[in-house]
Amino acid sequence: MLDKLNEIEKAALESLSSITDQAALDAWRIANVGRSSPLMQVFAGFGKLSKEERPVVGAAANRVKVALESALEQKVQAVKNAALAKSLEEEKLDVTLPGREVKIGRLHPSTQQLRRVLAILAEMGFQVYTSREVETDEMNFQMLNFAPHHPAREMQDSFYVEAEGREDNPILMRTHTSPGQIRAMREASATNPQNPPPIRIALPGMCFRYEQITARSEIQFNQVEGLAVGKGITFADLKGTLTDFVRRMFGQDARVRFRASYFPFTETSAEMDVECFVCGGKGCQVCKNSGWLEILGCGMVHPNVLQNGGYDPKIYSGFAWGMGPERQLMLRNKINDIRYFWGNDVRFLEQF
Amino acid sequence: MKLPISWLKDFIDLDGLTVEDIARKLTLAGLEVDEILYAGLPMPTYSAGEKHEFKTNGIAWDKEKIVVAEIREVKAHPNADKLTLLDLFDGQQEQVVLTGAPNIFHLKGAGKLEKPIKVAYAKEGSTLYDGHAEGQVLMTLKRAKIRGVDSYSMVCSEKELGITDESDGIIILDDDAPVGTPLADYIGDAVLDISILPNMARNANVIGIARELAALTGRELRADNRPQTVDGPSSTVNGPSVNDLVEIEITNSELNPRFVAGLIRNVEIKPSPYQIQRRLKLAGVRAINNIVDATNYAMIELGEPLHAFDYDILKERAGDKKIKIITRTAQEGEELVTLDGMKRKLTAMNVLVCDEKGSLSLAGVMGGSESEVYDASKEVLDAVGVEVKAGEMPQGKITSRGKSTVNVLLEGAAWNFINIRRTAKQHNLPSEASFRFSRGVHPALAEIGVKRGLQYMAAWANGSIAPGLVDTYPLKPKDSVVDVTSQDVKRLLGIDLTLEQISELLTRLEFKCEVMSNKLQVTAPAHRMDIDEGVVGLADVLEEVARSYGYDKIPTTTMSDSLPPQVGNPVHEWEEHLRDLLVAIGLQEVVTYRMTSPERESRVVTHNEYVRIANPIAPERSVLRQSLLASVLEVVEKNAKAESIAMFEVGSIFEPVKNDLPNEPRRLAIVMTGARIASAWDVKDSPKFDFYDMKGRIELLLAGLRYTDIVYTESESTYQLHPGKSAEVKVNGQVVGVFGELHPLAKEKYEFSDAPIIVAEFDLEKLRGLNPSYGITPVSEFPPMYEDIAIILDESVAASAVEALIRQTGGKTVTDVRLFDVYRDEKIGAGKKSLAYSLTYQAEKTLTDADAAAIRNKIVKRLENTIGAKLRS
Ligand SMILES: [Zn+2]
Repeated sequence: MLDKLNEIEKAALESLSSITDQAALDAWRIANVGRSSPLMQVFAGFGKLSKEERPVVGAAANRVKVALESALEQKVQAVKNAALAKSLEEEKLDVTLPGREVKIGRLHPSTQQLRRVLAILAEMGFQVYTSREVETDEMNFQMLNFAPHHPAREMQDSFYVEAEGREDNPILMRTHTSPGQIRAMREASATNPQNPPPIRIALPGMCFRYEQITARSEIQFNQVEGLAVGKGITFADLKGTLTDFVRRMFGQDARVRFRASYFPFTETSAEMDVECFVCGGKGCQVCKNSGWLEILGCGMVHPNVLQNGGYDPKIYSGFAWGMGPERQLMLRNKINDIRYFWGNDVRFLEQF
Repeated sequence: MKLPISWLKDFIDLDGLTVEDIARKLTLAGLEVDEILYAGLPMPTYSAGEKHEFKTNGIAWDKEKIVVAEIREVKAHPNADKLTLLDLFDGQQEQVVLTGAPNIFHLKGAGKLEKPIKVAYAKEGSTLYDGHAEGQVLMTLKRAKIRGVDSYSMVCSEKELGITDESDGIIILDDDAPVGTPLADYIGDAVLDISILPNMARNANVIGIARELAALTGRELRADNRPQTVDGPSSTVNGPSVNDLVEIEITNSELNPRFVAGLIRNVEIKPSPYQIQRRLKLAGVRAINNIVDATNYAMIELGEPLHAFDYDILKERAGDKKIKIITRTAQEGEELVTLDGMKRKLTAMNVLVCDEKGSLSLAGVMGGSESEVYDASKEVLDAVGVEVKAGEMPQGKITSRGKSTVNVLLEGAAWNFINIRRTAKQHNLPSEASFRFSRGVHPALAEIGVKRGLQYMAAWANGSIAPGLVDTYPLKPKDSVVDVTSQDVKRLLGIDLTLEQISELLTRLEFKCEVMSNKLQVTAPAHRMDIDEGVVGLADVLEEVARSYGYDKIPTTTMSDSLPPQVGNPVHEWEEHLRDLLVAIGLQEVVTYRMTSPERESRVVTHNEYVRIANPIAPERSVLRQSLLASVLEVVEKNAKAESIAMFEVGSIFEPVKNDLPNEPRRLAIVMTGARIASAWDVKDSPKFDFYDMKGRIELLLAGLRYTDIVYTESESTYQLHPGKSAEVKVNGQVVGVFGELHPLAKEKYEFSDAPIIVAEFDLEKLRGLNPSYGITPVSEFPPMYEDIAIILDESVAASAVEALIRQTGGKTVTDVRLFDVYRDEKIGAGKKSLAYSLTYQAEKTLTDADAAAIRNKIVKRLENTIGAKLRS
């Protein structure tokens, strides 16, 4: 009987070793450890054994059963692993095929740049003030110290709107966001004419100049102006505030300089340059070999403008500055044609 | 303005400063140097990594190779008729040089010249511009054989030396040019091209720049030591006084505050000295003849435009009487033939210089042809020079007047700058003179200018000056006097300066300063018209203090004033939030032109009235837009080749208000068209965007804005939309927008691709003002139950009505109703449809099947009773 058990074990293990798939395994299980398998027949024939034989054969039969079951278990795992390895091999992708395109929304590059500028200004305490795009000559020019026929008006050729009986105060497309300065000052000073509150605002918006549309010039462009009005605000404060601002915009290492300039609505006026971030100041095409980039015009608010806004220039002072988000983008992204902005070609917009 | 450094050096010692140093100082002080043009002086060499500071052009002249030489004889070329051989001495040895220059050709074969001709001589190996090439092409002079004659050097034209682009003849230097001297040492120069800001017009002249440089460097303005007197008698001042010969009458002193005239007799019209011509040319002015050049030269030097009259013509016109110059405004419609030969129709605003016979010139803008200085040898009135821009030269010649001008009456006047500006614009006559006059020239300069002009004429044309000047000065400008304190400087500039320090800074700019006990009394110099009085004058003076002190030396500080009340900008913030939502739902923002044309907009919507641009740049930009959607549709049209487009714009439209400012309401426009899913190597033929793609986005958008009471109804929009595929959106009962598919007839008017064009437009003024609801529905811990029901009902019943009934009947236990199928077929019957809904039941307990059945039965019964729906088995 013990010999028979050894034979059963040997034969079963032998047949198991050649098995490679699940179906054969199932068949083997039935044949070798199933109810009618030779091994199980041994257990079933227990009753016919003598008292002495029983424990000996029983122990041997149990050993064989454990051996076969454990071999089976190992084999099951092996077959599973092999099958998995095979399917993993078969599922191999061409990882160089392109990924699926995800259609996402984007802000126009000008909006993105406006947000960058306004976010920095917000942290510096300058709140957004918006005003109309079609203005009167009075608000766009006269209140800002541009007398009629003043030479400075030539710096800002305007689009006029048809209107009758307005020779003294024609309607035009605003040439800068500065009329908002007057509107904001008037609103603020109206709240307390004797002692108007301080002002710190950012004025973003679309402006219009009579130009031919070329790679270098456009009929409309965004502008952001900053305005601070209060008591004891100085040109040194202008330099400090704008240096802070420019370093937030262009990096803490940015070198800046202030040049004397002219704007009718500021005096003392300046042009602020930042060291060219394309060439690091060595001179390149972008900075026209000067090493400097003109990025904003600024100055102390002209006494007439303060007066027109309801602020007594003997007591109050302030500064203002203006800059162009599209120009900043052109410098930053090396855009050589300003017409891209309102051309809205998706192949341009998708790059932002 | 273009400023030769050599000219500047007449007035200020610039030793120790490079051309770049000078340019940098001027730039920082508001006189921005756009470009430096080298015409002979050594150019800076930049090694790699070194800073260029200015746009630089031109060439330096090699001191060894390019020298002053003299031509001693002009000989014929043995083999070429058009060429000559020059016997020339370069200071060291004799040379033979070949040339084809027309301006010495007439001396061919004349033998040894009695008076040698001084020229610019370039030896072998010199680097020059190629005189025959188009534009400026550098070349190195090489040895060659030309028609059998050895050629290794040349005499130069202005083009070859980079002075002008004239290559027709060689430069003939002044007789006193020192032979053998390096040309660079003799006439080497560099020209600064300076932008003159409107408030810096006083500096648009050589002395103005020199004065600024003196202030910026602390150097003295060099005493102007040229004779400037008209007091005689002397070798150059003699004869009867001009006051005995000419009188002046000014009829409107506001428009003509001062008129000065001087007389010079017996001038000989001929070319100016070469040094003068060269400086004028480098300054961008044509050299004409010594008389015209003298007026231009004095103008560029001092800033006062002068006008030269032929005195004999005036005398002839006056007959027996004394010459009387009258300045007056023109009669409306009066005519004047200006020296360019054009007959100008004048208006009452134009000011004329006249005599008793009639008008002589358009004051401050352009002379008349009749009395202009005349050079008989040229048979043209080419006094135009500076007054007409290059390229605008008059075409025809003016008929001969017989003899050249011999006696010149020289005018220097002050005019109202606004009036000159308007006149120059009206007649389209920009000129160096009107440029200056239209920016303001101080009347003090009239006298100085005439004296200077007469002196140059005397020096260059051998005339003799009549003693005295006729000077009518009815309106003297008031001196601007401003009080400045140390506190003012501290309050506005943020620097601590004593009165003495302020005084020193301003004195450098020729302000007169008087230190008083607690203030400085400052008087503006006579050449300045940009300094006001009072609080504005203070700002004017402080800017000068800042410039003189140096912007770079002013410290950087932070504002100490208190912050204003924080009010924010809710409208702007809401729009930015809206933009974020639109981007989140996959839309690309665009920004378009405000200006369009009614024709362009009418493809999709018609408006009768527009805000019209009076001076449009083009017909297609003639009005302000009234439809934001029309603008975005144009962008879509331009991008028609793109596979998939989903874009929006947020912006203003412009509603006209007669003769007043328009309304500028805000709008949102969305357009979607093309593939819903991006194509890929395994994705093809994606479905196209349709009505429901737009609706889904609108639902998300409104949910993002926290609006809940939303109803979609049939569209009554004026937009041309598909009548069956469009809807209006109502929030809280108010129409806020419209969306749908573009009407096929409207679509035809564009060049779109085949896919349907799905559009939406919202009125942000309405959408913004609504009450958002920020509450959220709590998420239950108990399990939800899901159940589907399908009903058959009449086609005419709107799906929204069915959903509303289900929700209403189910109450708060029905937390979601989703339509998942719409079905029609013969079995259901004509005019019927089947709608299948997936319902979600949720309560604050675990619902049983019986609970669900009860709710469902209630809903089904309600649908049967209200809209005649049948449950589909
Ligand atoms: Zn650069």
